[in-house]
Amino acid sequence: MKVRVFVSLKNGVLDPQGRAIHHAIEALGLSGVSDVRAGRMFELEVDASVTDEALDQMAKQLLANMVIENYRIERVPA
Amino acid sequence: MTGFTAAVITFPGSNCDRDMAVAIEEVCGGTVHRVWHGDAALPEGLDFIALPGGFSYGDYLRSGAMAARSPVMQAVIAAADKGVPVLGVCNGFQVLTEAGLLPGALMRNAGIRFVCREVALTVENNQSLFTSRYNAGKRITIPVAHHDGNYFADAQTLDRLEGEGRVAFRYAEPVNGSARNIAGVLNKAGNVLGMMPHPERMIEPAHGGSDGRALFESVVRGLVAA
Repeated sequence: MKVRVFVSLKNGVLDPQGRAIHHAIEALGLSGVSDVRAGRMFELEVDASVTDEALDQMAKQLLANMVIENYRIERVPA
Repeated sequence: MTGFTAAVITFPGSNCDRDMAVAIEEVCGGTVHRVWHGDAALPEGLDFIALPGGFSYGDYLRSGAMAARSPVMQAVIAAADKGVPVLGVCNGFQVLTEAGLLPGALMRNAGIRFVCREVALTVENNQSLFTSRYNAGKRITIPVAHHDGNYFADAQTLDRLEGEGRVAFRYAEPVNGSARNIAGVLNKAGNVLGMMPHPERMIEPAHGGSDGRALFESVVRGLVAA
């Protein structure tokens, strides 16, 4: 099955990349955006037997740096 | 120093490993082993371990993240726990934070740009294993070359680092957005140092200066005293 792991910066952690992207959006003449935070998404193909705890460990130990980032795990229905 | 034994770890994408090995040979003397990241064990009887700069694993995922999980790092962590001096420079600093040997994280430079130039640093703590040959508060010049050198830790951690004298070096000018201009931090025991500037690139006048030399001299002095 497919699992998505979303990793984003914690609140309060400055995001220079998000800010630059925000500027670029404004430079395109697209208005109405007040803030941009950049993150990333991982798509994992996993056996149905992989537990939530195991996914948690993958996110905590590698996919996210818990000093600066949070993560959210989503199982994608087939 | 006769009998001095060091190891420089090379990850796929390291590019300052040779400079680091040469600097250690020149200043510390003795033997420098070159160790590949896939090795599960380190040579016996090491006095010093250095993690060099570069772009290990192409900075995939996060700078230093993949290297921190490579086989040799288990041995480096075990050696650090036993008190062996471990120095991480630039990407090596990123690897040490990702491996949990040092607190905090190194984020994209606040100005987005890669910064490659000489910077002024102040020696904040000259009582450490790596800085005893500097005068306290001394201003030195060492080059930086990085994209992800913006040191981040929460306020509580920063206060603790400052209170425990674990800020070894501070930028004398804003360079990359680092919290409190921190350029180098020590672990609690004082035997692990991570820093973004490259002391191995400043060990003789031909490099444009030799302000990095005292760091390596300090390591040797620490061993003689121990």
